[in-house]
Amino acid sequence: MSRIASKFAHLQAQSRKALIPFITAGDPEPGQTVPLMQALVAGGADIIELGVPFSDPMADGPTIQRASERALAYGISLRIVLGMVREFRKHDADTPVVLMGYANPVEAYGVEAFARDAKAAGVDGALIVDYPPEECAEFAATLKAAGLDPIFLLAPTSVEARYAEVGAMGSGYIYYVSLKGVTGSAAIDLDEVARRIPAIREKVGLPVGVGFGVRDAATAARIAAVADAVVIGSRIIEIIEQSPPGEAPARVGEFLRGVRVAMDAKG
Amino acid sequence: MPENTYKLPDERGHFGKFGGIFVAETLMPALEELRLAYEAALCDPAFRAEFEYELEHYVGRPSPIYHAKRWSELLGGAQIYLKREDLNHTGAHKINNCIGQALLARRMRKPRVIAETGAGQHGVATATVAARYGMECVVYMGSEDVKRQAANVYRMKLLGARVVPVESGSKTLKDALNEAMRDWVTNIADTFYIIGTVAGPHPYPMMVRDFQSVIGRECLEQMPALAGRQPDAVIACVGGGSNAMGIFYDYIPHGEVKLIGVEAAGHGLESGKHAASLTAGRPGVLHGNRTYLLQDDNGQIIETHSISAGLDYPGVGPEHAWLKDSGRAEYVTITDAEALAGFHALCKYEGIIPALESSHALAYAAKLAPTLGKDKVLLVNLSGRGDKDMHTVAEKSGIQF
Repeated sequence: MSRIASKFAHLQAQSRKALIPFITAGDPEPGQTVPLMQALVAGGADIIELGVPFSDPMADGPTIQRASERALAYGISLRIVLGMVREFRKHDADTPVVLMGYANPVEAYGVEAFARDAKAAGVDGALIVDYPPEECAEFAATLKAAGLDPIFLLAPTSVEARYAEVGAMGSGYIYYVSLKGVTGSAAIDLDEVARRIPAIREKVGLPVGVGFGVRDAATAARIAAVADAVVIGSRIIEIIEQSPPGEAPARVGEFLRGVRVAMDAKG
Repeated sequence: MPENTYKLPDERGHFGKFGGIFVAETLMPALEELRLAYEAALCDPAFRAEFEYELEHYVGRPSPIYHAKRWSELLGGAQIYLKREDLNHTGAHKINNCIGQALLARRMRKPRVIAETGAGQHGVATATVAARYGMECVVYMGSEDVKRQAANVYRMKLLGARVVPVESGSKTLKDALNEAMRDWVTNIADTFYIIGTVAGPHPYPMMVRDFQSVIGRECLEQMPALAGRQPDAVIACVGGGSNAMGIFYDYIPHGEVKLIGVEAAGHGLESGKHAASLTAGRPGVLHGNRTYLLQDDNGQIIETHSISAGLDYPGVGPEHAWLKDSGRAEYVTITDAEALAGFHALCKYEGIIPALESSHALAYAAKLAPTLGKDKVLLVNLSGRGDKDMHTVAEKSGIQF
């Protein structure tokens, strides 16, 4: 069983939902990435989504774009990101790490080499935003062969026929993008999420995480009531942005603890 | 529209290994909706008739072909013919595509159109058709380009468009495209994204090519009447590649006609300051398709340079990538300095002020013509007029207005 699958199994046994924070590797500066990851775990993260910076993050809103630009200013490459995961793994053998990014840096690295090196570094899955199932059967197969989970997105605009297709190709979990638009957009339609999740879970056969637009503990708790996992990205990047130098890990950890408490409270 | 024995792309938008649909899940249904609407429109005689009517009466088509006799004689070799897209309404080939997409937007009941623009030519063409059809129009433009192209920004505003400066990334065309995509994914229900070149996710490369293919189709008819035969080579500049695809497309099955795309070598390929994606790039994924890209070893897209803003793009349409790898077309480069020489030559010897983009194609024709006999025929796509480039050329000549 993969580290992601056993994490979900473990949580389910406790009737808890997964909390999945996102940070961009190398933001606000490379030395803080591993401390940030550790602070996320201490704050209650079950899985970490680690963004691989790209020069043209087409699906991201301004907040994550800025994080990407800050990281790129330090020359953060996919190779360096894998090194950060290797460093994190020295002290944490339990928390799954999912790389999230765009196709071109992975292709420039080489798909086979990426799968091999990511696995060796301790990565558990990859979500490539601009690889829809139509274009990446081979990529998904390569990841699976290397023991990594290919993770896919579904959106409110996705027709139900796509659920099964994504379910057949993906593993680990499904990331349901809860609103139309880019990351960090405004309001989330909780009723729509609640309506969609059962159908997705049934057709896909994987745990369903919900993200894009989750900004506070109360929203996270309401999503946790219907989904298997809550993904929080832009809000965390904002906290990192607003933190005085060196204080980002502590502040992010504190924010996450509040979310964790709200999610675990039995309403 | 196209009647052609060459049948690419495939159903999912692939030209060999290039093209395709590389976008986030949130955009997939919008692209499917667009593809179906476009296919339905192509089968509708009323749509085709309206497109053709607009091209004739609003754009002023067919555009003539002009035999640049004097310049050809001075060069002392092949005869150079110019396809005069510069005489179109708004001064370039861009309008052909904008009309096609605006008519499709209206058919799909999308009252709002958005566009990306670099130098502003596609933005102006989009603002023009939005005014013509009574649509709301938002144009995304890198903030660096907004500063450099004040006249075009004003033109778009005159035409009723809202111009949004883009502050992310390198603040140029590629970032404007990213931002337009973000707008589209947020406003899918009422918005149509008019992409200006043969790039982006399927069906855009195919659709833009189809709308621009009127250029080559007219040439096929005009050349025998004017020159007594088809040309030996067709030459066009390539940034994203829409004017080149437009003139190449109907010539693809005519194997005896060479197809030559001219990329911007900027300060020279060895300087690293250029925009020659096909010549100096590697295949990768950007802006929804797989194609040749200018990128660093880590797969980050690098900043490009060309004297001509319209060629200043780190990618290229996927069909050009296919035409290159299949050997059907060849791609060459022309530096800023060579393009400027071509620009001045056409001004001086033919009384035509060409766009700096088109000047790259002219410069290559001027290189090639003297190596060929006087019985050879070169057809150059004069894709736009040079009024917009006055300040750039003047500055290079040390002249202040």
